[in-house]
Amino acid sequence: MAELTYLQAISDGLRTEMRRDKRVFLIGEDVGVYGGAFKVSLGFQEEFGPWRVLDAPLAETAIIGACTGASIVGMRPVAEMQFADFISCGWDQLVTVAAKQRWRAGTPVPIVVRLPSGGGFSGGPFHSQNPESSFAHIPGLKCVCPATPEDAKGLLIAAIEDPNPVLYFEHKHLYRRIKGEVPEERYTVPIGKARTHRDGDDVSVITWGAMVYTAEEAARQLEGDGVSVEIVDLRTVMPWDKGAVLASARKTSKVLVLHEDTRTGGFGAEIAATVAEEAFEDLDAPVKRIAAPDTPVPFSPPLEKAFIPQVDDVVKGLRELAEY
Amino acid sequence: MATETAIDVVMPQMGVSVSEGTITRWLKSEGEHVESDEPLLEISTDKVDTEVPSPASGTVTRILVQEGETVDVGTKLAQIGGAAAEPAPETATQDAAQAADAPSSAETPQPTRPQAPTAEERVAVQQPTGNGKFVSPVVARIASEHGVDPGQVEGTGRGGRVTKKDILSFIEHGAGAAAPPQPAAPEGPTEAPPQAPPAQAPAAPKAAPPLAPAEVLPGEQLEPASAMRRGIAEHMRRSLDTSAHVTSAIEVDMSKVVAARERLKKEYQAAYGVNPTYLAFVAQAAVQTLRDYPYVNGELRGDSIVTRNFVNLGIAVELAEGKGLIVPVIRSAETMNLLGLAKGIAEIAAKARNKQLLPDDVQGGTFTITNPGGYGTFHGTPVISQPQSAILGTYALVKRPWVIEDESGNDSIAIKPIMNVTLTYDHRLVDGAYAGRFLRDLRERLEAWEGDGG
Repeated sequence: MAELTYLQAISDGLRTEMRRDKRVFLIGEDVGVYGGAFKVSLGFQEEFGPWRVLDAPLAETAIIGACTGASIVGMRPVAEMQFADFISCGWDQLVTVAAKQRWRAGTPVPIVVRLPSGGGFSGGPFHSQNPESSFAHIPGLKCVCPATPEDAKGLLIAAIEDPNPVLYFEHKHLYRRIKGEVPEERYTVPIGKARTHRDGDDVSVITWGAMVYTAEEAARQLEGDGVSVEIVDLRTVMPWDKGAVLASARKTSKVLVLHEDTRTGGFGAEIAATVAEEAFEDLDAPVKRIAAPDTPVPFSPPLEKAFIPQVDDVVKGLRELAEY
Repeated sequence: MATETAIDVVMPQMGVSVSEGTITRWLKSEGEHVESDEPLLEISTDKVDTEVPSPASGTVTRILVQEGETVDVGTKLAQIGGAAAEPAPETATQDAAQAADAPSSAETPQPTRPQAPTAEERVAVQQPTGNGKFVSPVVARIASEHGVDPGQVEGTGRGGRVTKKDILSFIEHGAGAAAPPQPAAPEGPTEAPPQAPPAQAPAAPKAAPPLAPAEVLPGEQLEPASAMRRGIAEHMRRSLDTSAHVTSAIEVDMSKVVAARERLKKEYQAAYGVNPTYLAFVAQAAVQTLRDYPYVNGELRGDSIVTRNFVNLGIAVELAEGKGLIVPVIRSAETMNLLGLAKGIAEIAAKARNKQLLPDDVQGGTFTITNPGGYGTFHGTPVISQPQSAILGTYALVKRPWVIEDESGNDSIAIKPIMNVTLTYDHRLVDGAYAGRFLRDLRERLEAWEGDGG
């Protein structure tokens, strides 16, 4: 087992599948010669050739449309949006065509759209968003959000294998910060299965992506106060692991839902509602949400810090629940 | 898990003095749909029998009190909507286990109430109160499962709220042993302390205690006495124990009433849709006569004698199939003419038979007329409706040979429609001669009837 960064794990997963399966190809803006804006596909064009690592024009509609068509004729395309924010240009191809093709015509659309997402580096309003809830709302799409290198590789391979369009949200803030042991061989992490990031008894945090680490730091700070925090890393936002969330809710009876996306209509609302609906008689406190405020992502570093949930915010929220 | 809001159906308060009621019939069964205000069940109280309309539209998810059972006002009878009976079996099992551990409630046989305590009795006992503090869903559930009142638990949460941990540790540390969840058996019917008498009925020791468990001999059948039957039984006995009943009878030549009735019948039917019955004529004459005999319309209340300037006239109405007798009251009967009384009698009789009487319809009577003559009886000794002092009985109108004396003193026999009328009076207040004069005057009014009797 090798220790890889989150970004290396994504490259490793992609490379593994491209080596194994000739149907798999990569298409995106600057993914070829340049190796991708974040260098995920550095050296890929040399290894797999220009026809499997395609530099696309600045046209997300064309990228996703091409992937959809290719998948219908049997390919396994992986598209990279240079930033997750740009996916709005490809919305129609993704939501109207790819997501509904199977329903309308019975043909599977096994595409993966990689979405470098998230903020924390002053990327501003066009380069920092976490739009997973918009797509989790669309029947026919799957959304995965790995937080660890191991999951990054395993979920990417699972996404490529999956016969449905899968949106793969890779968090930019984790790319080089997070390292972890990653098996060298090919493996998959099942889509739709959560992971207990940390065991605890007093409060549950339900989260995913970069917020797993924010929650972890908050939990560590609360250890001294004798508050035992359980962290459930959802890993997949759609279909989400309801069973794991409800089990944790029933265990601790206090639930904090944490995400980096904005609050209103964020996926945390769905989780909170489900917990209230299905685990009502197990709750000892209101379900609490911590999320970004309902604004675009600010550019200024202090403002961005105020926007993205910080460790202190989570500590405060957890403490309120613990003391409730 | 159903999330539809559950609406409780409770035993309604059918009058200030009514404290319990018996379910006589469920008009809907579990699983059936019921519209808002649609009749859901029939109940019987010691005052009235009535239908209870559904408080909401929805499915009858649970029926908690079965036909024949008598429960207190406010008791939950059924649930409309919500989860179908899910929590109930759990609670029941839990409770059965607890009951087995609690010798006080389990070992005492309760022959008159063979069923286990009804579901809502358990709920009532176990309803978490939390000392008025907020009880979270999980704490409420744990409290209910373990039969613990969260109010007994010291809370460490915000504002002293009882947290899940608090109640779990309370239970773990032997709360169950220290504080029995059900301090007393809900009711001990065989030795129930006498309940306070209802405000309206002085000296009423409430419904008779249930009869001792009857031995059933070969060929006999047992049926539970309805609330009304038990109420009648208690009232009849109490009346005989209270008043000194004496009955006087008089024969009345109803020729003029018959003639007047023949004339008025068509007019009343056509113009008002009302049948002027003989009872209405007697009632009119009696109410007018009562003006001169206030004690007959009075009451012995403690050391005082009550007389009145009004007559609230009770009319005894038999319910179908010997199911009981009820005495709805026509208020201020002294203000009514024959038409008004005929109409009033018809209305309250219909209301009584359709179980639409309200508590006020059967309260406050000052004098009662009973009409047992419908089947040909010519005499009877009715029981006074307490706390009144007299009851008038009217009997069959029969053609009889009647001796009449003309102006010259010659007797002859004629065929006359004769009705016997009795006055049963409380001899404590009403003397025999007084009663006799009342009857004489009543007879004179009826025998001299003219027109609508004015």
